Amino acid sequence: MDERTLLDVLVAASALTLASAMPFLYSALGEVFSQLSGVFNLGVEGIMLMGAFVSIYFASDMGLDAGLLLGVLAGIVTGALLGLVMAFVSVTMHADQGISGIGITLLGRGLSTTLFILLADGVLLVESFQPVRIPLLSDLPILGDILFNQNVMVYGALLLVPLTAWLLRRTTWGLQIRAVGQNPAAADAMGVNVVRVRYSAVILGGAMAGLAGASMPLALTNVFQVNMTAGLGFIAVAMVYFGGWSPWRVMVGSLLFSAAYNLQIWVQVLDVKLFGETIPVNVLLMIPYVLAIIVLVFARDMQRFRPQAMNRPFRRGD
Amino acid sequence: MFQLRQKVVQRSDPLIVLAPVLAILLALVLGGILLLLLGRDPILAYRAMWDGAIGNPFENTTSLANTLTRAIPLMLVATGICVAFRGGVINIGSEGQLFVGALAVVALSAYVGDSLPALVYVPLSLVVGFAGGAIWGAIPGFLRARFSVNEILCTIMMNQIAIQLLNIMLSGPLRDPSTNVTQSARLPEAVWLGRMLPPTRLHTGIFVALIATVVTWLLLWRTPIGYRIRAVGQNREASRYAGISVPLYIILALTLSGGLAGLGGAVELTGVSRRMVSGFAAGYGFSGIVVAIFGRLHPLGAIPSALLFSAMVTGAERMQRTVQVHYETIIAIQGIVVLFAVSSSMWVQRRAARRLAIDVSMGRSDDNPGSGAGDVRPAEA
Repeated sequence: MDERTLLDVLVAASALTLASAMPFLYSALGEVFSQLSGVFNLGVEGIMLMGAFVSIYFASDMGLDAGLLLGVLAGIVTGALLGLVMAFVSVTMHADQGISGIGITLLGRGLSTTLFILLADGVLLVESFQPVRIPLLSDLPILGDILFNQNVMVYGALLLVPLTAWLLRRTTWGLQIRAVGQNPAAADAMGVNVVRVRYSAVILGGAMAGLAGASMPLALTNVFQVNMTAGLGFIAVAMVYFGGWSPWRVMVGSLLFSAAYNLQIWVQVLDVKLFGETIPVNVLLMIPYVLAIIVLVFARDMQRFRPQAMNRPFRRGD
Repeated sequence: MFQLRQKVVQRSDPLIVLAPVLAILLALVLGGILLLLLGRDPILAYRAMWDGAIGNPFENTTSLANTLTRAIPLMLVATGICVAFRGGVINIGSEGQLFVGALAVVALSAYVGDSLPALVYVPLSLVVGFAGGAIWGAIPGFLRARFSVNEILCTIMMNQIAIQLLNIMLSGPLRDPSTNVTQSARLPEAVWLGRMLPPTRLHTGIFVALIATVVTWLLLWRTPIGYRIRAVGQNREASRYAGISVPLYIILALTLSGGLAGLGGAVELTGVSRRMVSGFAAGYGFSGIVVAIFGRLHPLGAIPSALLFSAMVTGAERMQRTVQVHYETIIAIQGIVVLFAVSSSMWVQRRAARRLAIDVSMGRSDDNPGSGAGDVRPAEA
């Protein structure tokens, strides 16, 4: 470790962990809306892939060269459209939600790969969002470099946590979402339009999954790769479960999993050895998923927060 | 009464058969429109697909043999998914179960070498493959039954773990020492499944697959065990009152489901690749879900359904070469088929239920109270 102290490296690793928690935050917070309204959207993975491809295709000068902001917007719109498909299939057609989600995932994966090869010849690079130092706060020791020297999309993801909590607890629409997810028949009797509320929640969830996808190439990696989410969207759905449908706990989960995903870096920084030998990369890559299962087992108490009507299509007179 | 209602539905409504066919036609039309938008000739693309999948079997059987070969693991995986579905749990983990099944066979051959005669070795490899997949399915089954861990998420995580396990094994203990490539050594010849139509790779595993689907059908519909699996799948509360051990049958359903996927991995390994490479049989797990749903979640339905989807995937490879459209397009089309199929089947069921409601007053029709995240409403048997 030449010239840089251990502290500097730790700070850099922490900042990276925070930044790569961003796609988890966007997608999992979106899934909170969807699930609280009673729709288990397993299509997040596919929506993220489409969001990632469309956004970088818009933003990159190897694509449409429309700029980063339009790229983000295109990602959001793509996500919302796929959310609309999910809402139509699960709310209007009453289809099984888990399976519909797999359908969306296959669609998003196949379509993003096809378009990537056809439209971009399999190469897309972009000049991504640059870190913005927040005046004064970024001068804080340690915390300043971790928290306040990130790019705008990271700030946005962090701000979404209190915003989501506020929307769900303090607004009429938020209460309606939770009502149609807990007891759609009662909500219906009170005059809430169950179908409309569920559509809005699932479309918003889709838009946020699209945003999560956009954040990967535009604010994290600079490139698009085939199947670049690699199961991250599924982890986001799991995170909502053990976050007990609370935005704050979802944030804790996002940070935890981001750390697990970046385990390679942490192991290097902290020079962790197993029986005196370096730990094989594949073992490290396995850990987030093992962790996810363990956390799901221990988070079963959270089931009491489970929206009672999740996975149940609503129709009057049942 | 439930049984009676289903019979009526089946007989009275031609849409129940037509809906999936329409779904696939619609998906192909949408795919064609997509191709057109991308500046490719859809007719040329679909003709290439037909040639690659079936061609003219009287002149050249290669295409058809390729399609049949690929249908073998799909059939087994889909049959396994049917068992889970009928038991009221959703198994998305076939991909991992298939890997672990194949990996178990590689481990067996590394341990035994070529000291066994084919007559013992081949059946043993099938049993070991089944066992490997069964263990990988039993873990989420146990976690579901004991800790009510959502089995959809758990099986997805198990997939990723299996992929890494495969990589660890191929770069370490099971690696072929003679090359630098991450792959296992070639399996001993005694464990190979015979090829029926050389030079194509069509192998005798097709009989394993056909027998397994029929046996699974008999198990589910002609034995007490199968009856209990389906009872738990239909209504957990009622099954509990009837004295059926619900956790046991949930675990059993996922174990059998995983075992069939593992068997698929075993025959693919011993029949086609005969050594484990990284990227082995990738995609069969997810396609198997599509096949199972399209086969109306019935083991016998999995046979034609597997042939159809195998033809689509095999044809897509030819399409890629002819019109330069990446074969993953077919994955997108599969996604659309799934969306159409699940939507239309529920729609047809509701339509039939509405018609019948005029004659019979019914309570809750196709809902499973209390079955949680695995709230599956299997289609008609």
